[in-house]
Amino acid sequence: MIELENVAYSYGGAELFSQVSLTLAPGSFHFLTGPSGAGKTTLLKLCYGELLATGGQVRLFGADAASLQRDDVALLRRNVGVVHQDCQFLDHLSVAENVVLPLTVSGREDEAAQNLDDLMAWVGLRDQVNQLPPELSGGERQRAALARAVIMSPEVIIADEPTGNVDWEMSQRLLKLMIELNRMGKTILIATHDFNLIRAAKSQVTTRVLRLTDGRLQQAGAEL
Amino acid sequence: MKPSLTRVFELMTGDPQADRAVPPTGFTARLTVFTAAAMAFLAVFALALSLATGRLADRWSEELARTSTLRITAPEVQMDAQTQAALNVLSTTPGIAAARALTVAEQKALLEPWFGPDLPLEDLPIPQLIEIFEEGSGYDPIGLRARLQAEVPGAVLDDHTRWRAPLVKAANSLRSLGWIALLLIAATTAAMITLAAQAALAANAQVVRVLRLVGATDIYIARAFIRRFTLRALGGAAIGTVLGAGAVWLLPSTDTVGGFLTGLGFIGAQWLWLVFIPILAGLVSFFATRSAALRNLRALK
Repeated sequence: MIELENVAYSYGGAELFSQVSLTLAPGSFHFLTGPSGAGKTTLLKLCYGELLATGGQVRLFGADAASLQRDDVALLRRNVGVVHQDCQFLDHLSVAENVVLPLTVSGREDEAAQNLDDLMAWVGLRDQVNQLPPELSGGERQRAALARAVIMSPEVIIADEPTGNVDWEMSQRLLKLMIELNRMGKTILIATHDFNLIRAAKSQVTTRVLRLTDGRLQQAGAEL
Repeated sequence: MKPSLTRVFELMTGDPQADRAVPPTGFTARLTVFTAAAMAFLAVFALALSLATGRLADRWSEELARTSTLRITAPEVQMDAQTQAALNVLSTTPGIAAARALTVAEQKALLEPWFGPDLPLEDLPIPQLIEIFEEGSGYDPIGLRARLQAEVPGAVLDDHTRWRAPLVKAANSLRSLGWIALLLIAATTAAMITLAAQAALAANAQVVRVLRLVGATDIYIARAFIRRFTLRALGGAAIGTVLGAGAVWLLPSTDTVGGFLTGLGFIGAQWLWLVFIPILAGLVSFFATRSAALRNLRALK
């Protein structure tokens, strides 16, 4: 589905990481951890075509990422739901309009009405659909971002520090939603440095925990 | 995206949801509408100038080509005899349909713009003018001059070619200038719309980022801007055209005062040309915004 083979990424002449190999198999659940500045976000961006690797090969749904045109990447992103720590909403649109934005841009607005109600109920935001994003709390914004990430029913969900700005209770709620998605067969990749979240997930679902540190990606060890 | 009329129509009737994805930008919106209105206003006058000078060139070309003037300078006692002799010569010259001596009142009217209405023409040694109307392929000026030299020594034939050509050339140059002005107006509109579109894209970089994040193609993003700027230019140009047409309509008519400048305007079906100004502004805006948007989106990696 998403494969990285001996991937390197350099920025401004400095190498951020190299020899990174990773395969996201269908239905798998991965955590990516590591210290701040190790390149977790960059690695995630390689996984959804936002950045191009400076070395090695990235294959996205069978296609070489380096050979994809910009519009090919746009189409590919409809198959990858992304949740950012800062959510990335359009603040002048309502929560509902933001959530259905992936359907809107892909010309499938007609599916919005039937999916939106169930989805907003699932993330617990049925009463907030008409609010503007700045009016939501941190946890509500993350859940709205998750709803937007899954509305196209993508095969892969990638989340970058989704619990970074929320309390423990809310992070558990978000984790529960992620686990439910994984049980539906979705592939999940979450970047986080919240070990408690990882431990909570490991007790409920089979996960693989990777650690990006000192420019290398490795299996996380005994700290978990 | 292949530009076509269908595509333009789709953009006009458009995708309001896509349009909503980009927040309204008051400044660029007002700037675009104002620019389009001002340019359309100027375009109306440039078009009026072109059409008026075109009419003038045609009129001068046609009317002056079919007429000539014979000027007779003679002592007062010989004036009538020489005039009659000249008329006799003209009446027997092939290619001349008619010839007539201008009356004192007509000659006075010709001189009135320079000397005022109270000119005592009768007391002044003014030459007698004879107006000649040609027919068919016209007369032979060299032959006529030779006959006149023999029979009416004080006669000077002016077949208008000397000053008709530069006048027509000037009128045609003025007409070309009008069209060049229209092209410049279109180019300036395109430049202004391009700048406004670039400003709007720069101001909405975050919106572009989010749209890309959720899978929007460049064309989808560009469309929101293209539709918006095209409609603004169309609306602004329509306002400017109406105002310009009103201003031209209020100009004094040729019949009232006479002269070239008062002939600036549209006659009959020529008013329909104005319909094309907003359409042209819309098309210019469509292509300028499309080009600017796609170029900027390519640059925003």
